[in-house]
Amino acid sequence: MTLTATIEGIGFWAPGVPSWEAALALVRDGTRVDNAPSRPSPQLLPPNERRRAPDSVAVALDVALAASTAAARDPKTLPSVFASMHGDLAITDYMCATLASQPDAVSPIKFHNSVHNAAAGYWTIGAGAMVPATSLSAYDATFAQALIEACVQLATGAEAVLLVAFDAASTGPLAKVQPSAGLLGGALVLSRGDRGPRLSLSLGDGTVGEPAGALASCAPHNAMRPMLPLFDALAAGKPHCTLRAGPGRVLDVEILHG
Amino acid sequence: MPPLAIRAFTATSALGRGLDAHRRALREGRSGLRRNDFGAQPLDCWIGRVDGVEDEALPAEWSQWECRNNRLAWIALQQDGVLDAVRNAIAQYGAERVAVVIGTSTSSIGATEEAYTRLITDADGTPNFPADLQRPIIHTVHSPGDFVQHATGARGPAVTVATACSSSAKVFAQAARLIEAGLADAAIVGGVDTLCGSVIYGFNSLQLVSKNPCKPFDATRDGLSLGEAGGFAVVERAQDGDVGLQLRGYGESSDAHHMSAPHPEGLGAQFAMRDALARGGVDASDVGYLNLHGTATPANDRAESLAVKAMFPDTLHASSTKAYTGHTLGAAGIVESVIALLALESGELPGTLGASTPDAICGPQIRFASTAQAIRYAMNNSFGFGGNNCSLLFGRSA
Repeated sequence: MTLTATIEGIGFWAPGVPSWEAALALVRDGTRVDNAPSRPSPQLLPPNERRRAPDSVAVALDVALAASTAAARDPKTLPSVFASMHGDLAITDYMCATLASQPDAVSPIKFHNSVHNAAAGYWTIGAGAMVPATSLSAYDATFAQALIEACVQLATGAEAVLLVAFDAASTGPLAKVQPSAGLLGGALVLSRGDRGPRLSLSLGDGTVGEPAGALASCAPHNAMRPMLPLFDALAAGKPHCTLRAGPGRVLDVEILHG
Repeated sequence: MPPLAIRAFTATSALGRGLDAHRRALREGRSGLRRNDFGAQPLDCWIGRVDGVEDEALPAEWSQWECRNNRLAWIALQQDGVLDAVRNAIAQYGAERVAVVIGTSTSSIGATEEAYTRLITDADGTPNFPADLQRPIIHTVHSPGDFVQHATGARGPAVTVATACSSSAKVFAQAARLIEAGLADAAIVGGVDTLCGSVIYGFNSLQLVSKNPCKPFDATRDGLSLGEAGGFAVVERAQDGDVGLQLRGYGESSDAHHMSAPHPEGLGAQFAMRDALARGGVDASDVGYLNLHGTATPANDRAESLAVKAMFPDTLHASSTKAYTGHTLGAAGIVESVIALLALESGELPGTLGASTPDAICGPQIRFASTAQAIRYAMNNSFGFGGNNCSLLFGRSA
């Protein structure tokens, strides 16, 4: 069984690589952006919320808007699949530490930001998108499973789908058990059209090692790094990559560059 | 959409384990809520707690996944022939063709909360999780999906949907797509969510927890009662001549309004319900029972009642069953789908336990008393934080 999709737009953010253009430059000739910001400033949110947004939300909304813009698609028309291995580990750390010391002091805003679909929620609110949004995790197979779901949505009727993958840094005692460092986000607008690189996906048995490309070297300890073989392949014009898809399972991705 | 046959289904909640326990409690109008006795210093409220979870460790082979949430998943998996149905699907199609799509809101965060109350400080002053809780898989969202995948042996696409309280309704939609697109021939869907500090004190911080048993759609409703539950269904492509319960439609939407408050007129809810009906090719007047999301918070019930009034004729029997089970969060979708399926099967349509004073905002569709009437279609609404909505349409093949 093979799934297909066309990539109409790409968004990317990693430490020192604050856009897809920066990613292309890094992969092409090793050029790095001087004074890259330490955190994205998601333009979809009003200025006061931009500063207050959790890191996970900031990176997700930044790459989602970049991919939509690159695809010249109105964000409010795009059903979305948000993929994160952990949601926001810093908020989990806050919630657990507060509950252990003073449970009735839990912040209501931290609580509603603690849901795994917080980024999806802020995105639909900011974009005015009343179309379906989902949020999912499959541990280190999260990106591959979300890519499958996005392509399955195309196969069952959607014209274009926004796929957004991200994870943030873990903090506190939780960080030793669930290590994740830095901020990483990638987004794709996938469609049934024909303007852009074509992906063909097939699920099979196997294992995938640690990502090793140029982009992988920018976020080697982030929980969403299993997405990086695809972004490295897209940036370098490679025809193939494999993604972790679960215990003993891999997603083979053939790429026909347009 | 091509109908999906439901080969097995089950729920375990404060009403008990499995379908019979749910049938009995619904028939008797008996609530599973009790005064909060969860945690060291229980908040003054009522909860829907599953008896015996703390006494039943996972079998040794699954000890890596040991925690309250996966225990409840395991208890629920063993009811009503669900594991047999999964085995049959694997035997018929192959393990690679059976998908796992599980919904949760808080997953096993109760285990992470416990670790923070038992931190061990090492020689250089760094706090660490106690040794028995240093298991990464129980401190992450995919814990229940990963557990169900390993416990059933299914090897198809496997994922945990985490869209707060719509999670385990959306799993039906995702599974339907996976099967329609040819990625799987069958799927185990469902969800599990257990009581934990994060939800009790989190909803309390939003001033959404009632001090009393919840009263959905009552004019004096003042908040929700939290609960825990697990439930599953095994679905596959319906065959010609199939007899039995089916998923006929699903609808998903976003409110695009607020992180923790619904669209005031229930516009997103209407989109989800309309889409489910359209996908099933069913007219609103043909729906006999609607299990409402009906959390018993003033704003949620108001928005949902407006959405229902705008869409359905007066003949619809709609009710909230939250005062039976409590609001089981990420498990609400599967538990209330199971209740809708039972209503479809038997024609026994539950009323809204806990409610006695009608709210003028509610249309005649919202019923407080139970009734008996054969129906052709049943629906379930599940709405979550982030304005995330899902409606499911169930039917029966004669």
